[in-house]
Amino acid sequence: MAPSFKEVLKSGKFVVTSEIGPPKGTNIEKMLHHIDLLKDKVDALNVTDHQSSVMRFPSIGGCLAIKERGGEPILQMTCRDRNRLALQAELLFAYTRGIRNVLCLTGDAVVVGDHKAAKGVFDLDSTQLLRMIRQMESGKDLGGNELDGTVEFCAGAIVTPEANPIEPQLMKFEKKVEAGAEFFQTQAIYDLDKFAKFMQYARQFPVKILAGIILLVSARMAKYMTENVPGVFVPQNLIDELAAAPKGEALNKGIEIAGRMIATIKKEAMCDGVHVMAIGKEEVVPDILKAAGLAA
Amino acid sequence: MKSITKQKPFKEIEQQLGGFDRVYIAGCGTCTTMTKTGGKEEVLAMGKRLQELGKLVTGWIVIPTACDEMTEVAIKENNGAIQNANCILVMACALGVHKLSTYINKPVIPALDTLFIGVEDEPGHFQEVCAQCGQCVLGETAGICPLTACHKGLLNGPCGGTNNGKCEVDKEKDCAWTLIYQRLKEQGRLDLMRKYYSPRDYNVAPRPRMTQIT
Repeated sequence: MAPSFKEVLKSGKFVVTSEIGPPKGTNIEKMLHHIDLLKDKVDALNVTDHQSSVMRFPSIGGCLAIKERGGEPILQMTCRDRNRLALQAELLFAYTRGIRNVLCLTGDAVVVGDHKAAKGVFDLDSTQLLRMIRQMESGKDLGGNELDGTVEFCAGAIVTPEANPIEPQLMKFEKKVEAGAEFFQTQAIYDLDKFAKFMQYARQFPVKILAGIILLVSARMAKYMTENVPGVFVPQNLIDELAAAPKGEALNKGIEIAGRMIATIKKEAMCDGVHVMAIGKEEVVPDILKAAGLAA
Repeated sequence: MKSITKQKPFKEIEQQLGGFDRVYIAGCGTCTTMTKTGGKEEVLAMGKRLQELGKLVTGWIVIPTACDEMTEVAIKENNGAIQNANCILVMACALGVHKLSTYINKPVIPALDTLFIGVEDEPGHFQEVCAQCGQCVLGETAGICPLTACHKGLLNGPCGGTNNGKCEVDKEKDCAWTLIYQRLKEQGRLDLMRKYYSPRDYNVAPRPRMTQIT
């Protein structure tokens, strides 16, 4: 049997995770294809939870599919759509179905998504969700009642190493560590010098850090991310590199850049691993890993 | 403190007044006068528009403070014109609508939507600063309420959507937690941001909320 994600984290090996985005609808063929493509190439696969507040097939459904196909799922769980009862119920269900990893997120605001009039729940936040998991593991639900059969999860969270201002973000990071986060997947990083500084700080905590790598597919996307995505900054030299790629070659250049960054992070042992996000281009994740020297 | 309102789209008002041809209009001399949504001027303008629709305006009033008990007296004094109407169109906030509904046994129709309880931070600009949650944390958040000023109402610090001091939902809106951070830092009280806040009790005073002052 393949080692659990928790065991992989503990092993000290360079950890690689990636991400599956469920479909909008019941046609899960493409999702299953992506799972089959990636499950043996990475240590675990996140499944997004209505990413960007766009309604989709549920994270738990994607995780079950990964489990059924022999992969290791990480259940992304946001606090946007469920109150504490629903969150606990889903954790109980997930546990009974062999899901052992949860990534705890507050969740994007409802108004950025495709159901702008919906009620945002946010009964809990990411820190409270982490603590709730630890409480459930002790045998009690959040109401203080005994559970007949408990749970056990490898719980993770996220951090934005380049947020501005950074100090409030780091204080939140520490709150998440104290709340029991075992691993962190970071927001996309592109400036490795800045990331190294963050790691100097983060190393003092007993948690595993996986650097977020988002595939850049064009100079336009790189500029857009810098201008619009909170805490993401693509250095000008990378934008120029993408812009200089011959017509039709920008994607390959993006794969090369992502691979190069991963290889550097690994070679210099900057952190414990990487979380590769190829939003909508899951097909090329194996190419990124190959470019990084992580796959045959 | 003011109850902040905005006028409903006129089409909606027209539709709600569909079956009624005689209308009495009530404004308020306090909040909706200040916000220019239900003072004398707006009441008169509404009367004119209703007349253009072919309705008879049987009378109008701007009640000094529509949500207080003097409203009952004002209603009694104008009973003739009110009885002559088949509905009351209210240009007060929802508190005024509620109060009038308790004194008048006729359909009471709001002409305004009540948005929030706010303070005027700059002339003509109102901001929601309190959500009346029943568990005040302002002492630990430098006077800025994260429940109200943070879009997600987060108690344990900023989310990942905070961007150069602005909120992910609107680049014009400040990130509450950046403001709290800056003020606490100035006051040398940043440790408060490290405090863990447990999940909130959303039933401190279960709805409908009421209290008896003795």
